Amino acid sequence: MTNRTFVMACLAPLFIFSLAFLALPLIRLFLVSGESDAGWAIYLDIVRKPRYLNTLVLTVLVSLATTFAALAVSSTAGMFLVRNRFRGRGTLLAVLTLPLAFPGVVIGFLIILLGGRQGLVNQLTPGHVVFAYSAIGLFLGYLYFSIPRVLLTVMAAAEKLDPALEEAARTLGAAPHRVVIDVIIPGLMPSLIASGAIAFATAMGAFGTAFTLATNIDVIPMVIYTEFTLSANIAMASALSIVLGIITWILLLIARSLSGSTVAGGG
Amino acid sequence: MFKSKVKMLQLAVTLSACAFLLVPTILSVMAGLTVNYFKGISSGLTLKWVYQVWELYADSIFLSMWLAVACLFCTLIIGLPAAYGLARHPGWLSRLLEEFISLPLAVPGLALALALLQLYGSMKGFRASWTFILVGHVLYTLPFMVRSILAVLASMDLKTLEEGAASLGASPWQRFRDIVVPNAMPGILAGALTVVTLSIGEFNLTWMLHTPYLKTLPVGLADSYASMRLEIASAYTLVFFILIVPLLMAMQWASARAQRITQ
Repeated sequence: MTNRTFVMACLAPLFIFSLAFLALPLIRLFLVSGESDAGWAIYLDIVRKPRYLNTLVLTVLVSLATTFAALAVSSTAGMFLVRNRFRGRGTLLAVLTLPLAFPGVVIGFLIILLGGRQGLVNQLTPGHVVFAYSAIGLFLGYLYFSIPRVLLTVMAAAEKLDPALEEAARTLGAAPHRVVIDVIIPGLMPSLIASGAIAFATAMGAFGTAFTLATNIDVIPMVIYTEFTLSANIAMASALSIVLGIITWILLLIARSLSGSTVAGGG
Repeated sequence: MFKSKVKMLQLAVTLSACAFLLVPTILSVMAGLTVNYFKGISSGLTLKWVYQVWELYADSIFLSMWLAVACLFCTLIIGLPAAYGLARHPGWLSRLLEEFISLPLAVPGLALALALLQLYGSMKGFRASWTFILVGHVLYTLPFMVRSILAVLASMDLKTLEEGAASLGASPWQRFRDIVVPNAMPGILAGALTVVTLSIGEFNLTWMLHTPYLKTLPVGLADSYASMRLEIASAYTLVFFILIVPLLMAMQWASARAQRITQ
C-alpha cells in the first residue's frame, strides 16, 4: 500500500460517518423545512408571526444580558486570578471552571434550588420570592454555564498581557479606571469578543437549562421542541433549527478566528 | 496583600462568582442527604434517598456508562486515523473536512437530533435501539477527539519522523502503530477523557433520541426533576456529581498536559 492510499484510508471512516450522520441528516432537515403549505416562505413566518418573533427577541435579549454579565464577572475574576498568586487560588480556579461540563438540566435544577418554591432565597427572605421560572432564572442559569467558558478564554489572553504597560500607565498618572479602559480592555478585546460570541451562541442554543426552567416563558430551543413534539409542526421546527444553527455557527466561527480554540458544549 | 481598593473589588467579584457557582451545588448535595429538606438539616442525615435513586435509576446509570465506553471506542476508531490523515495531508480539503465535522460543536444538539430523527426515524429497528443514541453521542464528541489528537500531531515534526522510519523499511501501518500512536498519546488521553465526560453528561441530543425504555443518566435526571420529590432529585444529582467531577478533573489535567506539549 502506498503512503497516499494509507492516508486516504485513514480518512475514510470519518468521511463515511460524517456523510451518513451529519451531511445527509442536515440536508434532510433543510428540505423538510420547506415541505409545509407555506413552502420556503416559512422562513419569513419566523419574523412575521408574533409568536416566533417575540420568542426570538426574548431569546436574543436574555442571551445578550448573559453575555455582558458573564464578560464583566469573568474578566474581572480572570484578571485577578492571573495577576495575583495567593493561597487558595487553585481552589477558586477549580470552583470557577468545574461547571464547564455540567449538563444544562443539572444547572436548571441548581437554579431551582436557589430561586424555586423550596429554594434558598425563598426560605431566607420574608414573603414569596420565586424567580427560577422567569426570565431572571433563565438568565442566572445561562450565566452559570457561561462564567467558566468566558473565564478560560479571558485568562489565556490575560496571561499574555504585559503588566509593564499597566505600570507605565499608572506612573504616568492614570487613574485605576483609566488603566482598565485604556490599557486592559483594549489588550483583552479579541478574547472578549471571542468569549462573548461563545457565551451568546451557547445561550441561544441552550436546551437543557430552558427545559427545566422555562415553564412560563418561551425561548427558541423550547419552541423548536414544542413545535416538533406537541404541535407536530415539523417544518417550522426544522426551519427554526436551521436559523438557530446558522446563527450559532457564524458566532463560533467569529470566536475561533479571534482566539485559537473554542470551549463549546451544550447548555 | 490586597491593599488597594481595586484589588478588594476584584476579590469581591471573584468570591461572589465562586459563591454563585458553589452554593447551589452544596444545597443540592445537602438536599440529597437530609431526611426532609423543607425542615432543614435538623431533621437528620440519611442515605435513604440515595438508595432509592439506585433502585429507581440504576439502569440509566449503567446505560450511560455503557454508552460512554462504546462512544469512546467509536471516536477512537474513527478519530485517531482521521486525525493522522488530517495531519499528514494538510490543505484546504482537510481544513474543510475538519470544519465540517466540528459543526456539532456550534449547531445546538436539538437541531442535530431533529435532523437525525427525520432521516432515520422511520427505520424502526435502528430508531428504537441504543445505537441510535450512540450515533448522537459520537457525532457530538468526535470533533473533540479529532482536534485533541490533531493538535498534538500538528505540533511535532511528523514528516521527518516518518521519513526516518520509512527509510528503515517501515510500512505505513508500522509507522502509524509505532510512531504516530505513541507520540499522539497525550492527545488521545485528553480526547478520551473529554469524550467520556461529555457522553455521560449529554442531554440535548439524547432527550430527543431516547425511547422510554432507554433512559440515560441525564435523561433520568430531567425525569426526576419533573416528577420526583426534591430529595430524590437531589440525591440523583449527587450520584451524577460523584461520577462526573473526578472525570472532569482528570479531563482538565490531561488537557492542560496535552496543551503544554503543543506549545
